[in-house]
Amino acid sequence: MSRNRTERLVNLVICLLSTRRFLTAAQIVATVPGYEHNAEDPREHEAFQRKFERDKAELRDLGVPLETGTASVFDTEPGYRIARRDYALPDVHLEPDETAAVGIAARLWQHAGLAAAATSGLLKLRAAGVDVDVHATLGVEPVVTVDPAFPALQTAARERQEVRFDYRTPEDDAAQTRRLQPWGVVSWRGRWYVVGHDLDREATRSFRLSRVVGAVTTVGQPGAFQSPPDTDLISHVARWSGPVEHPNRATLLVRPGRAAGMRRWAEEVVPGPDGDRMVISYSEPDAFARWVVGYGADVVVLGPDDVRKATIARLRDLVDALDSVATEGAAAEGATAPVGARTQP
Amino acid sequence: MSAPTTESRSGGERLGRLLNLVPYLLARPGILVTEAAADLGVSDRQLREDLELLWVCGLPGYGPGDLIDMAFDGDRVTITYDAGIDRPLRLTQDEALALVVALRMLAQVPGVQNREAIERALAKIESAAGDAAAGLPVAVRMPGAGAERVAELQGAVQRRRALQLTYYTATRDEVTERVVDPMRVVVAGGFAYLEAWCRRVEAVRLFRVDRIDSCVELEEPAAPPPEAQQHDVSEGIFKPSEELPLVTLRIGRWARWITEYYPCERVIEESPDRWLVSLRASDLDWARRMVLGLGPGVTVIAPQALVESVRVEAGQALAAYGRMEPT
Repeated sequence: MSRNRTERLVNLVICLLSTRRFLTAAQIVATVPGYEHNAEDPREHEAFQRKFERDKAELRDLGVPLETGTASVFDTEPGYRIARRDYALPDVHLEPDETAAVGIAARLWQHAGLAAAATSGLLKLRAAGVDVDVHATLGVEPVVTVDPAFPALQTAARERQEVRFDYRTPEDDAAQTRRLQPWGVVSWRGRWYVVGHDLDREATRSFRLSRVVGAVTTVGQPGAFQSPPDTDLISHVARWSGPVEHPNRATLLVRPGRAAGMRRWAEEVVPGPDGDRMVISYSEPDAFARWVVGYGADVVVLGPDDVRKATIARLRDLVDALDSVATEGAAAEGATAPVGARTQP
Repeated sequence: MSAPTTESRSGGERLGRLLNLVPYLLARPGILVTEAAADLGVSDRQLREDLELLWVCGLPGYGPGDLIDMAFDGDRVTITYDAGIDRPLRLTQDEALALVVALRMLAQVPGVQNREAIERALAKIESAAGDAAAGLPVAVRMPGAGAERVAELQGAVQRRRALQLTYYTATRDEVTERVVDPMRVVVAGGFAYLEAWCRRVEAVRLFRVDRIDSCVELEEPAAPPPEAQQHDVSEGIFKPSEELPLVTLRIGRWARWITEYYPCERVIEESPDRWLVSLRASDLDWARRMVLGLGPGVTVIAPQALVESVRVEAGQALAAYGRMEPT
């Protein structure tokens, strides 16, 4: 922005803050330096109007609350003013420990755009007289970051505007277009999700932001829907990924000094002549068998029978598949869901 | 990053700064120009140019009594007339969002000290932001597990004391004892980590807190050497290095989740339900455990050593059951 334009805009803000009456464009031209032109000349006047529109847009982008209205019922032309109570940051009194928290929070952002917003927000607090200690630390720092889809989805949820986006799950190569009335954005266990009403499934759904492909587009007007009252956004996401219960117990034979990752969860370890007997709790036989199979010959399941059978079946499939690959170079298809529920309790 | 609403306003950056500069200086009469410049993140020269510009702005009339006025005393500046811009602008939605979300995240960190102060600050910022923070549709929850351990580690960081750790290294599947010099606690991707200088490997390491099986604070002070630098964790905790062995697997649809769970260098679709996936493994024994755990639908393509070790291990494991109970 040129120096002239910056100067003109500062003067415009000061002028509109100082007036209680709405000032028309013509009155502003007569008052604020930088808008002088020959209003009789259509080209000059048109150039002024474009300039004035750009200036108003600039102020609104900056968050300056430009009010439009007429000074009296006889006026036909709209005028402008800035209400001080809408313009000014209210008084903020922060205790030193609160100031430290704000200072730390402001520099946690790893997302470039929001880092800049945090910095400029902090600057306003400083301008309000808050003295921020930039060196304060809490000893624990969360990495605060968001996926590229975050700003658009957050805004749409706030504006209650329908969105459309392409969504790709790891099980699928082709992204699918989803239509959603977003209620809000949620950070749960280090990942971001958007929760809302899925217009195609006609049900509440949550979507992981890292799986959104490309841009989020808004559809229709703001205020197009209402979120259900008292929605606990977290509960819609946490439902799918709550803690895992381990109600069952298995007995394993473990080679001495091996399978450290399993031993950490052992309830009991008794050394014996052919290895350590270990008792460990688990949730579900198949998932547990997958974990056991990972340890190969270091861990042998003694019981219960369903875990033992599941483990043997998996190993046999594995060996058969390896043999068939060796002979014909073809891969076999296998069982179901992810391993590792236990490695990430 | 595509955040047009937050990133396209550099044009108005100076204007925003100028409007806040007057109240900033008003609150700090006689401040050093250098101090103000550092605070506002601009050069001394830029700040002086800003002040010169403000000097010719003011109330309509633009006479001597209408213009913003300031007094210089050596390198110090005092605003003597503010022309009505005595308060900073309200927070924009993005500014309120950035501060409020970061504070909410901070307050959610398990074991964080001063949680109560963070929450008080959050309430005050939300109230000052007014409409900009009202009904912010963003909720944050971090796992609360391990809060006591985090608090313990954080205490050691602040007291600058060395720690004796019993730590489980997942990639090598071993539990080891080591003495470390704590540097900080980081929370990223849903896990808390202790970043410390490890005296055993003589390097900075990130220890995942839920894998610290025990931790004893030692009498001796923490003394990370000068070469101990914090990791840049903004792009994630595990950054695969080119020096690590590249593992290539052929996987079916049901194992496709690994491409989201582990950073993969390449994912090639061979057929509608078969993919060739390449990822860096910090340890081939770890890769063997992963492949065995994934099961029969996964075929190791490379390296050959992994192909062999998976085959041998699976055969031996099956044989162990055969020995015990012949079928």
